[in-house]
Amino acid sequence: MAAEKKKLRVATASLAGCFGCHMSLLDIDERIVALLELVELDRTPLTDLKRVGPCDLGIVEGGLCNAENVHVLQAFRKNCKVLVALGACAVNGGLPAQRNHLDIRDCLQTVYLTGHRVRRGFIPNDPELPLPLDKVHPLHDVVRIDYFLPGCPPPADAIWQFLTDLIAGRTPQLGHGLIHYD
Amino acid sequence: MSEPTPAPGDTAPTFSLDGHDVPFETGQTVLAAALAAGHYIPHLCYHPEFAPHGSCRVCTVKIDGRPTASCTAAARAGAEVDSRSDEVLEMRRRLVQFLFTEGNHFCPSCEQSGSCMLQAVGYALGVTNAHFSPLFPDRPVDASHPDVLLDFNRCILCELCIRASAEVDGKHVFDLSGRGIDKHLIVNAESGRLADTALAVEDKAMSVCPVGVILRKRRGFRVPIGERRYDAAPISVVALQKKPRPSAAPKEG
Repeated sequence: MAAEKKKLRVATASLAGCFGCHMSLLDIDERIVALLELVELDRTPLTDLKRVGPCDLGIVEGGLCNAENVHVLQAFRKNCKVLVALGACAVNGGLPAQRNHLDIRDCLQTVYLTGHRVRRGFIPNDPELPLPLDKVHPLHDVVRIDYFLPGCPPPADAIWQFLTDLIAGRTPQLGHGLIHYD
Repeated sequence: MSEPTPAPGDTAPTFSLDGHDVPFETGQTVLAAALAAGHYIPHLCYHPEFAPHGSCRVCTVKIDGRPTASCTAAARAGAEVDSRSDEVLEMRRRLVQFLFTEGNHFCPSCEQSGSCMLQAVGYALGVTNAHFSPLFPDRPVDASHPDVLLDFNRCILCELCIRASAEVDGKHVFDLSGRGIDKHLIVNAESGRLADTALAVEDKAMSVCPVGVILRKRRGFRVPIGERRYDAAPISVVALQKKPRPSAAPKEG
């Protein structure tokens, strides 16, 4: 009676992203059934678990725009044997990083105080809210990243190719059409 | 790629490129001869209609063991040229990653995405990230011209627009200013605004930018995804086709 092959434990998170990369992951469609034969899920928006435990693979969407993003990323790095930056924002900051040439104070004032049609505004300061960083950073600015999968979002076929390569123990190879930055 | 390809059996001298014999004519560069013979070597600042410039170094190969920009190196009979070893590919990847690090290259919101040489060279080299910590420089755009937008965020300082404006258009609209990391593209007007230069949309300088700096207004995203320059085939194939280079000023239609 052979023991059932141990499944890889996988965690995912969306930091300063839009969940588009997670949607693209779901776009592997029925292949997700085959995937779930090979992996079990830890913390991810799909399980709604809030803490990441020891995992074989961590997949992080989005860059770092606030203190909580950094804490989650550090927890992922600590717990995941292999950490993957998924999508443009994780790889280079992406759209949120386009605020990087602006002063964060000016941004907050414009949005919450002086902006068009803003009345009785105030800059949110609830202690529950994570503090924004002055600049948005890609993941590799803070922790070591083992693999980068660019794209906005990376196509489902690229995610599938990447995951199946990785799970099979091959170095992931993305050919023309699967690697793209947009 | 204007150089004629010597016919088989021709007695043209040859050099060896990754084990392939590449014929060349006297005075031809390694890059020009390689492209004419159907061998792609990644490049950005090289343009067949202009004198080799040798500034981006992305076309670096090892000629008889020595790293050299193949766009400026004259071909020599019997030379051993290495364009494919891990060492050469790694050098090229780093150079491309430097370019992505130094500018603001947000491909998802760029009009030239899919037709951009920098992006396509990145794909061809398997570059998935910039490796270094991005600099996020502050480079305001110049939207002063009624028909042309200048987005300096994407400039890789290849000087093709400078060369085209000076040598073909005879206008000297563009130049570089500053040193080192502060080097940047400027326009030839007292005000520093593109609207006050002699640039016209028909100028050669409008059609040579390998990235997305010089853009025709009201033309962005006209070409659907799937039909862009490097959608169907990678740049290693497209660069060998005898078609004009990517243009920021696509024709109507």
